[in-house]
Amino acid sequence: MMFVPGNNPGMMADAHIYGPDSIMLDLEDSVTMAEKDAARLLVHNALKTIDYGNTEMVVRINPLNTPYGKKDVEAVVKAGVDVIRMPKTETAQEVRELEAEILKVEQEIGRVGETRIMAAIESALGIVNAYAIATASPRMMGIALGAEDYSANLKTNRTPGGAELLLAREQIVVAARAAGICCFDTVYSNLDDMETFRKEVELIKTLGFDGKSIINPRQIEVVNSVFTPTEKEITKARAVVAAIKEAQAKGSGVIAVNGKMVDRPVVLRAERTIALAVAAGVISEEEAL
Amino acid sequence: MRNSKLVTLEEAIKRSGLQNGMTISFHHHFRGGDKVVNMVVDKLAEMGFKDLKLAASSLSDVHAPLIDHIKNGVITGISTSGLRGALADAISHGLMKEPVVFRSHGGRGSAIANGELKIDVAFLGASSADELGNACGYSRSENAKSICGSLGYALPDARYAKHVVVITDDLVEYPNMPMSIHAADVESVVVVDSVGDSSKIAAGAIRDSKNPRDILLAKQAAKVIINSGLFVDGFSIQTGTGGASLAAVKYIREEMINRGIKASFALGGITAHMVKLHEEGLIGKLIDVQSFDKVAAESIKNDPTHQEVSAVEYASGQHLGSATHALDIVILSALEVDTDFNVNVLVGSDGIIRGAIGGHQDTAADSALSIIVCPLLRGRIPCVVPHVTTLITPGKSVDVVVTEYGIAVNPGRPEIAEKLKAAGLHVVDIKELAAKASSIIGTPDPLPFGDKVVGIVMNRDGSVLDKIHNIVE
Repeated sequence: MMFVPGNNPGMMADAHIYGPDSIMLDLEDSVTMAEKDAARLLVHNALKTIDYGNTEMVVRINPLNTPYGKKDVEAVVKAGVDVIRMPKTETAQEVRELEAEILKVEQEIGRVGETRIMAAIESALGIVNAYAIATASPRMMGIALGAEDYSANLKTNRTPGGAELLLAREQIVVAARAAGICCFDTVYSNLDDMETFRKEVELIKTLGFDGKSIINPRQIEVVNSVFTPTEKEITKARAVVAAIKEAQAKGSGVIAVNGKMVDRPVVLRAERTIALAVAAGVISEEEAL
Repeated sequence: MRNSKLVTLEEAIKRSGLQNGMTISFHHHFRGGDKVVNMVVDKLAEMGFKDLKLAASSLSDVHAPLIDHIKNGVITGISTSGLRGALADAISHGLMKEPVVFRSHGGRGSAIANGELKIDVAFLGASSADELGNACGYSRSENAKSICGSLGYALPDARYAKHVVVITDDLVEYPNMPMSIHAADVESVVVVDSVGDSSKIAAGAIRDSKNPRDILLAKQAAKVIINSGLFVDGFSIQTGTGGASLAAVKYIREEMINRGIKASFALGGITAHMVKLHEEGLIGKLIDVQSFDKVAAESIKNDPTHQEVSAVEYASGQHLGSATHALDIVILSALEVDTDFNVNVLVGSDGIIRGAIGGHQDTAADSALSIIVCPLLRGRIPCVVPHVTTLITPGKSVDVVVTEYGIAVNPGRPEIAEKLKAAGLHVVDIKELAAKASSIIGTPDPLPFGDKVVGIVMNRDGSVLDKIHNIVE
């Protein structure tokens, strides 16, 4: 998910050419107070006029308790945004308030239920309430960590190893999995240190995250290379899936691949590997079948 | 020393027999740091000359003082590869009575060699020279003040001009050998304080582009090359100095190492990137008409396999055996490309001259594969358009256009399109690209051109390709 400032038409016009899975146009922190209205209008028109292809379009709105939040919701829902990202989410109640605002606008334009919600959790209270937030609405598609505000709230600093974020990251993954939705890790802002960035992406993949927020197209390659299954992993996953299909056809529940017994978690992991390979474009959907 | 040719600039001019109406010439190896053109034309004005024709290999921002010399009648004709800055702006608005004649580097070389462009007196800046006129674009002395490397664009002038004046800021002991300009071609040697601002002549270390669009374009261009069928051991390549071109070299290098293949030569404007590949053993020889940075300039000074060539030997379309005839792959840039693959590198979308033909026509025509790397959009300006503002390189010499929205292949090269598609590259119809640009930006209003012809674009064979009209505010 690539962050793009909502007041920069040049970046908004062609953000999709770099191939991010989703683009988050930002109306919140990257836009100054004086530019809030102009950015909202720009983002509305970008969503309506630019052909972003298959890229999932997310807009980060201002909090509802600011003078901008409700206007942001109206503008982006009317423009047909896929996902609204709510910043600094601390309670399930806030999600429900956003849901009510979205519904109001959707009813006005006759597009009910299409807009999904992603909640960014950026405080200790938000982390404590992560599961409640993740399950606050059927519109919830994911939760994400906002590490800068979170570490400030913890009264600590961000470090290259990310020790200060460990609990928050794990909590978010666990809450998301328990709720059956996605989870996304925070941004890494030093563009000159791709090595540390790669290590961070490897770490969050191991922790179970579905993806990483990025601030520059140059980071896409690293994220994709970490998340894209290797040829060996794909071959193994295919063998597992083929074996389970064969077993199901024969009515047998237990299967073995290369002499090893394969149980349900292994099958689920294999299916996810293939889904990731398809998403990354290394194999086609037909090849995955 | 005996037979010394050392004189002052004024004496050199007097000795040259220069008359009003004659043609003087200059090279542009000192680029944005050049002091020679302005110094000489100031002196000619002071001496009362009028109606001179200025034949430069190129002119840039630093030559804005020519505007006054045009207004007061000292300079009445210009031929060049390019124009930039205030001079270009003034000429685009109709400063001159006679149109400027634009030629490619190879086209200029040919025109000088075949007598179409007759030079009466060539004033050739050099970073070192001895008293007999052996001159180089670098100096081996401790007093070296400037370095530009190859003097390739000056060599046709040195050979064919009726009278040659070498101007240097580092007079060295005879013999200044090996030399670029031969004493036998030189009539006078003038020593001055400075031929140019060395910080603007050759950039120091080139940093890799961090512009994500450049990187995207570079990767696509590299993929085109790698999958073109020409990327085999012994291939040859030329690239420009744009961010995308330089970045492409990086990806090509990685793939050369992966596949264990080497290039026989790299041609053209030589950059630090090419020198690095050469020193790593990935490129056999460097053929250098212009050294783009300090690293390249130092390399040509020290490395005998880094060979200087004249503009004629580099890219003449009329001389068999010019290096472009042996060139496999060239990466070029563009201000505009149209749906017939015609390219404009000279006139901006505002109708103002702001570029140079350079070797564009020559390398596109002669290479086995010409790749134009060009963003679809520059801000609010579309770069793939229905018709180029000015025709510089005809579409029949352009094979592939790489944009961030897809790769277009000239319908005349179906075999290339097939190879790129087979490699999974996003090959699109160039008309789709133009439509995409127009869908995002809309159709710009037509430019307010007037009736006066301010520029004539020559093809490299000496025919006229296009005319540039004055722009009216």
